[in-house]
Amino acid sequence: MNIHEYQTKELLKGYGIPVPSGRVAHNVDNAATVAEEIGGERWVVKAQIHAGGRGKGGGVKIAESIDEVKHYTNQMIGSHLVTPQTGAAGRLVQRVLIEQGCDIQQEYYLALVIDRATQRITVIASASGGMNIEEVAQSDPERVVREVVDPAIGLMDFQCRKIAAKIGLRGKQIGEAARMMRALYRCFRDQDALLAEINPLALVNGGTLMALDAKMSFDGNALYRLPQITELRDFDEEDPKEVEATGHGLNYIALDGDVGCIVNGAGLAMATMDAISFHGGKPANFLDVGGGASPEKVGNAFRIVLQDANVKIILVNIFAGINRCDWIAEGLVQAMREQRIDVPIVVRLAGTNVGKGAAILAASGFAFIMADDLDDAATRVMATLQEQSS
Amino acid sequence: MSVFVHKHSRVIIQGLTGQHATFHAEEAMANGTTIVGGVTPGKGGMSHLGLPVFDTVCQAVEETGADVSGIFVPPPFAADAIMEALEAGIGVIVVIADGIPVQDMVRVKRYAADRDAVIIGPNTPGIITPDACKVGIMPSHIYTPGRIGVVSRSGTLNYEAVQQMTALGMGQSTSVGIGGDPVNGTDFVTVLRAFEEDPETDAVIMIGEIGGPQEVDAARWARENMSKPVVGFVAGVSAPPGRRMGHAGAIIAGQADTANAKMDLMEELGVHVVRNPALIGETAHRVFS
Repeated sequence: MNIHEYQTKELLKGYGIPVPSGRVAHNVDNAATVAEEIGGERWVVKAQIHAGGRGKGGGVKIAESIDEVKHYTNQMIGSHLVTPQTGAAGRLVQRVLIEQGCDIQQEYYLALVIDRATQRITVIASASGGMNIEEVAQSDPERVVREVVDPAIGLMDFQCRKIAAKIGLRGKQIGEAARMMRALYRCFRDQDALLAEINPLALVNGGTLMALDAKMSFDGNALYRLPQITELRDFDEEDPKEVEATGHGLNYIALDGDVGCIVNGAGLAMATMDAISFHGGKPANFLDVGGGASPEKVGNAFRIVLQDANVKIILVNIFAGINRCDWIAEGLVQAMREQRIDVPIVVRLAGTNVGKGAAILAASGFAFIMADDLDDAATRVMATLQEQSS
Repeated sequence: MSVFVHKHSRVIIQGLTGQHATFHAEEAMANGTTIVGGVTPGKGGMSHLGLPVFDTVCQAVEETGADVSGIFVPPPFAADAIMEALEAGIGVIVVIADGIPVQDMVRVKRYAADRDAVIIGPNTPGIITPDACKVGIMPSHIYTPGRIGVVSRSGTLNYEAVQQMTALGMGQSTSVGIGGDPVNGTDFVTVLRAFEEDPETDAVIMIGEIGGPQEVDAARWARENMSKPVVGFVAGVSAPPGRRMGHAGAIIAGQADTANAKMDLMEELGVHVVRNPALIGETAHRVFS
């Protein structure tokens, strides 16, 4: 689960990490008031959306006067900001963060992440802060410092000093950076984060370190013990179909093809999409109905897949282990009765109670296109699509 | 022989009295698994499915001589249950629970580091040596005894591959689901090593997914250490790019983090890569015969 930059900064401030003084604003007047209250002569206006690369899309502006603060706020709020990570449609900006501008001497990169290779929390830091850190990691890997944290001990001071020295900090900045790293680690651990990134971590106003931008993402499986984070969830930043799917216990991701997919298990769902692609088709979505799918759940899966107007055919691929083919079949028949489904449906059933499931479909009177196995299913999908278009 | 679990394994189920655990324990026993008891705190002294229930794993081990545990408790309590099994000296711990917080698993792995046990999962269908021992939720009837080892991250894709094998007359020595979580108990390398050392396994099918370096690391290990052939597939060629976590994810992952890039590297390292998931069985049949 992701949160906005202004929320991340509030959270980090609570852990003692210095951030620029600033506040979120929802409209132009609000923005002007905030700018006056925090004072100074220069402000930064930052669009608040859950996507990176905002600077490249015009979502970060320096204002030299209150009028400019108003101007940029007016430009951003209500607009769709397009960044390299949003796709062409962009993301609706509903609020901006107004912050005091500061003089930047040097920009660093600092992040905590759970590294799949070491299976531990790992600190990543670099003297090359700013926007293109991935490129630095590829072209100049020794400029990226890593330090693995022992979960039984936590991040130690000496490790932080080592990192600070390696990225070129000197004198009292080393202690300052170490305090920030330990605070970031505490926040990461307490709040079950998967990622915490400060980029840039900047040396500002004659020698103090400050988090100028920050991004955090949290473990969806731990939300039950994170009341503070759960409240920060912004459903406007998520695809409504995906939110609805989550509410029904389904895992759905919209894609841009025309073959709707209803599958159980994430791995088989991906493999089903791969098999369709291998036959020259394009999946319209990823959808995992999960284990123990009831007929109602199957009905909801159809409803969500069919909200996508691009869907021309649906492939149902179920390999039941903990699931039961007869329940899935009942859900299919029920969906056909209750919903206006005018696209062809290819069905492949296997595993627990497969005989019962096939019998229910055969007795229903609906024209399901039955497939024997995964390859047969993908072949039939493509053949049916071709018939339709000719 | 087989790997990790076999016909002499003595299995307990943590969370035995729950609905799913009950269903799958019954199914496993009907298919030859020796389940010797269950653990549900507060229900010690009860009997369930004709098996004794204990309050703690320690008691269960003392009374029954159990050496394998299947963990069916809900995700918030799973880390504690795994550590309890480790502390009680259980050698093979199979974690079915799906949705354990990642940092819980980071701590579990630290706790397990100086103990001699194999943790399989979490978020796994489990492990099965056909007709001998099943600890998990997979449908037993699709598996047949044989000489091919199967290891996968995904559960249902494991079933898919197994059914393709069975249709062509190939049985399994053991099938291991290592689970789909980013931090898991056992990686591909550990399972490949076990298959390489197992005299009853002739060849291995390895099924991976996008995300993480595990599959390529395993292929590299196999090139240096394995005499048995490996057929490999990585799901997710058509998965959308860009669902990544900030910059750090990309730095950690490097360039080889797409399904195709992983399969290319695996192929270079000598794995027989199959690109179409519908042809896993067929490819294995061709390579292994």
